[in-house]
Amino acid sequence: MFEKVWNDHIVVPETADTPAVLFIDLHLTHEVTTPQAYTELRKRGIKLRRPDLTLATMDHSTPTRTEQVFGGVPISIDSAARQVRQLEENAREFGVELFGLQDERRGIVHVIGPELGLTQPGKTIVCGDSHTSTHGAFGALAFGIGTTEVGHVLATQCLLQRRPKTFAINVINKLPAGVTAKDLILAIIGRIGVSGGTGYVLEYRGDAISALSMDERMTICNMSIEAGARAGMVAPDTTTFAYLEKTPRAPKGDAWQAAVERWKKLPTEAGASFDRSVDIDAATLVPMVTYGTHPGMVAPVNGSVPAHGDAVFEKALAYMGLKAGEPIRDVPVNSVFVGSCTNGRLSDLRNAARVLRGHRLAQGVKMLVVPGSQNVKRAAEAEGLHKIFLDAGAEWRESGCSMCLGMNGDLVPAGQYSISTSNRNFEGRQGVGARTLLASPETAAASAIRGRVTDPREFTSN
Amino acid sequence: MPAVQTIRSRTVVIPTSNIDTDQIIPARFLTATSRAGFGKNLFADWRYDQAGNPKPDFALNKPEAAGARVLVAGRNIGCGSSREHAAWALQDFGIDAVISTEFADIFRTNCLKNGLVPVLVDEKTHAWLLANPQAEVTIDVEKLTLTLPDGTLVKFPLEGFARFCLLNGVDELGYLLSKGDSISAYEQAHR
Repeated sequence: MFEKVWNDHIVVPETADTPAVLFIDLHLTHEVTTPQAYTELRKRGIKLRRPDLTLATMDHSTPTRTEQVFGGVPISIDSAARQVRQLEENAREFGVELFGLQDERRGIVHVIGPELGLTQPGKTIVCGDSHTSTHGAFGALAFGIGTTEVGHVLATQCLLQRRPKTFAINVINKLPAGVTAKDLILAIIGRIGVSGGTGYVLEYRGDAISALSMDERMTICNMSIEAGARAGMVAPDTTTFAYLEKTPRAPKGDAWQAAVERWKKLPTEAGASFDRSVDIDAATLVPMVTYGTHPGMVAPVNGSVPAHGDAVFEKALAYMGLKAGEPIRDVPVNSVFVGSCTNGRLSDLRNAARVLRGHRLAQGVKMLVVPGSQNVKRAAEAEGLHKIFLDAGAEWRESGCSMCLGMNGDLVPAGQYSISTSNRNFEGRQGVGARTLLASPETAAASAIRGRVTDPREFTSN
Repeated sequence: MPAVQTIRSRTVVIPTSNIDTDQIIPARFLTATSRAGFGKNLFADWRYDQAGNPKPDFALNKPEAAGARVLVAGRNIGCGSSREHAAWALQDFGIDAVISTEFADIFRTNCLKNGLVPVLVDEKTHAWLLANPQAEVTIDVEKLTLTLPDGTLVKFPLEGFARFCLLNGVDELGYLLSKGDSISAYEQAHR
């Protein structure tokens, strides 16, 4: 599948001396990693080559407090406000379609691409954000790039690329009840390590993957980068087509039929070889929680913090305030975050709400629920999910990246434990000194109720 | 991009493995809209205490690290976020080359786009460099060699095009723009 998409986008083939020139079908952009690229274009007097293949949104540094988004209250961080204005100016000057702060279609860049139906099988998709790997869930080749490369795509709609290797992640059997896509990807990262995918494009395959919904496949592909892989892919199938058919910008009518016929030819042929492969038995998995400062430091929710002995490992445990042998379940929880491009879609909010319904947050626990897009927010409100969160004592916010990286001021205080449905538990990721435990929306919600890390199956098993 | 041929410098060592780009430049500094000035916040949370005072134990704060242009880092540097600000921060601080046994893909690309040289070495060389901070080394981009203080030459890999761009200060955007006819032909064929 990767080779088909790659070969289909070669403008100039690679040689021993030069990388391939690869055509990009969709360039998603946001306020944080584009300003310097536009400056470069302006300096050189270069126009945007394909405004029709470029979309801008704001998500990383934008406020999630309703009064700052819609109420006319100034954005609390001046530099963030300037960045938002800068994107508005750049989009206007270069003719890019922008979903501005108050646009009802705004949201996290990796949530809105699929929602609009712009993310499609067989496309090459890039964005100045490492979680662009999310879009691979549709059988697209999607990867994150730096700002210089953002400039290259704005100017030429192409990138210079060396062909990566391929890595099959074969997930056999089915996930047990109460075990989620988030648990699966955390288990995969735990297995292959945070640099196990470096230099590769991952292809997630097997019965357990085919059985997943699109939202779940996006959760899996999203965290490919946490295993070091710039891209992860899932073969498009009837689940993919059913999702896309309902989206506003997918092809319509005859064009839809033609597209589906094209997309059906994308999956890897049986017997095709990969540069590397690993087999995972989904049936053996349980809910997973991270205990350290990278996503590969992960253990079963009913397990304990392992011993290692390595100085870097000890440093990570010291940062986390945890000791080897300590049960994961006993770790206290002060803060809960449900959201992000990993787990901020409607089904994620439903799953968290299903656990939380009829409960209150444990005393002292603060919980933030941030929908992945304004569209997700409206859909959740139509189902009454926001009431479940508010009744439990959680905060219900406007969409954005929020506490996943804390750029907008949504922060976890130093020393506090945060159970988070996001993707990175790096030191300081959610605030200086914050201690992040990555988990599924179900585990986050169950832990919010108990005030300590909790196996969600205690709430969902009947 | 300025041309880079040889770098001769003492090393500064941060032995931590899996140094992610959030450590190199924390997200709260990414609201800037220019490329300049990130160096003062390089490794901010490892470098400064909460009052903003330098932590004396951190490698970059030690007096002997002053002026070192080569960073020796633990295995797998640059994982995580795609922020090119990490490469800009290192360069703005004065780092011209990074040595490790493993580089995350996006970080490595970002380094090369800015003339910051990623030097991939074997475990044995790496172990020696980690154990011997302030080693005087020479990195030769033409020959693709790292010279250790005792004169030992260690070859390092670098893709031909990346090497050419570093040596000549060639701007990849200029190269891509020169392929405009091929791009137009591709666009015509894929309407």
